[in-house]
Amino acid sequence: MTAKVVTVASGKGGVGKTTSVANIAVALASRGQKVTCIDGDIGLRNLDVILGLENRIVYDLVDVIEGRCRLRQAMIRDKRLPELYLIPAAQTRDKTAVSPSDMVRLCDELRQEVDWIIIDSPAGIERGFKNAIAAADRVVVMTNPEVSAVRDADRVIGLLDAEEKGPAALVINRLDPVMVKRGDMLSVEDVLDLLAVELIGIVPEDENVIVASNRGQPLALDGKSKAGQAFQNIARRLMGEQVPFMDLDSQNLFQRLLGRK
Amino acid sequence: MAFLFGRKKSANSAKERLQLVLIHDRTDLTPAELDSLKDDLIETISRHIEIDPTAVTINVTLDGRSQRLVADIPLRSVGRRRGREPGRAAG
Repeated sequence: MTAKVVTVASGKGGVGKTTSVANIAVALASRGQKVTCIDGDIGLRNLDVILGLENRIVYDLVDVIEGRCRLRQAMIRDKRLPELYLIPAAQTRDKTAVSPSDMVRLCDELRQEVDWIIIDSPAGIERGFKNAIAAADRVVVMTNPEVSAVRDADRVIGLLDAEEKGPAALVINRLDPVMVKRGDMLSVEDVLDLLAVELIGIVPEDENVIVASNRGQPLALDGKSKAGQAFQNIARRLMGEQVPFMDLDSQNLFQRLLGRK
Repeated sequence: MAFLFGRKKSANSAKERLQLVLIHDRTDLTPAELDSLKDDLIETISRHIEIDPTAVTINVTLDGRSQRLVADIPLRSVGRRRGREPGRAAG
């Protein structure tokens, strides 16, 4: 078994990296893949709460790297799926506790055990980001259809090219089709014109994301919500499937029937 | 209400503003540096051929993930040049 290492990065914080990592990992695992996700945000860990695994942490990423436990001991198994694991970030340390070569070494060991390693990069373009991309075979760049998020995504895409980690695959998160139609939100085409990279996912704005995070049950566990379906589609595209992009307009059918524009 | 209809869609403003911001982010070239490049260009080209310095435009444009420096440099035609020279009859 040789895992593929996928890092999710964005530059700007708050665009939905952690939610996406949790959901992409869940979606891959629900398709019979063996998945480990790693929280790369040392000092500000959150992937554990989004996955609902916060009460099961014993060891963390820094414990593995500093040799206080074996890799297997830091892998928390998610009991809802056959083969989904989390390696949490350390909460009481900072990014300097890990180096890019530590991450490469850790992932090399882990590659033998699983099909996918999904790494949640911290915001920013400094050490934590460099650590998170060091072992990546592929980098997914997340953005929102907003000026600041698109600008930061462009910086990250440029850095990935410079580090020979490109070409990046883009996910546009929190797209509101009603606002796009009204001319008050950048469209998918606008963002692709600006960033000129391959698109791997469009996730619509969906309040179920908050509900899911409240409960610690990622949306992709049941594929009913629009956002959950979008994450399932991203997982399938990562696996090499050709999946058409969802028709996001259809969700406004009800509003259209009510005569709203 | 008329002022509302006359306003440009905010998504268009976002796209136009981003186009400019990304050019500067990617090239690390400030508008002042671009102006100075333009002056140098005018000076160099003027040594070889007569141009209209006031009509020169220089811009960085986006072309996928790469940037392109586009200069438009109108040349003065030979006929007009003669006409402008003092002490000679026009035409």
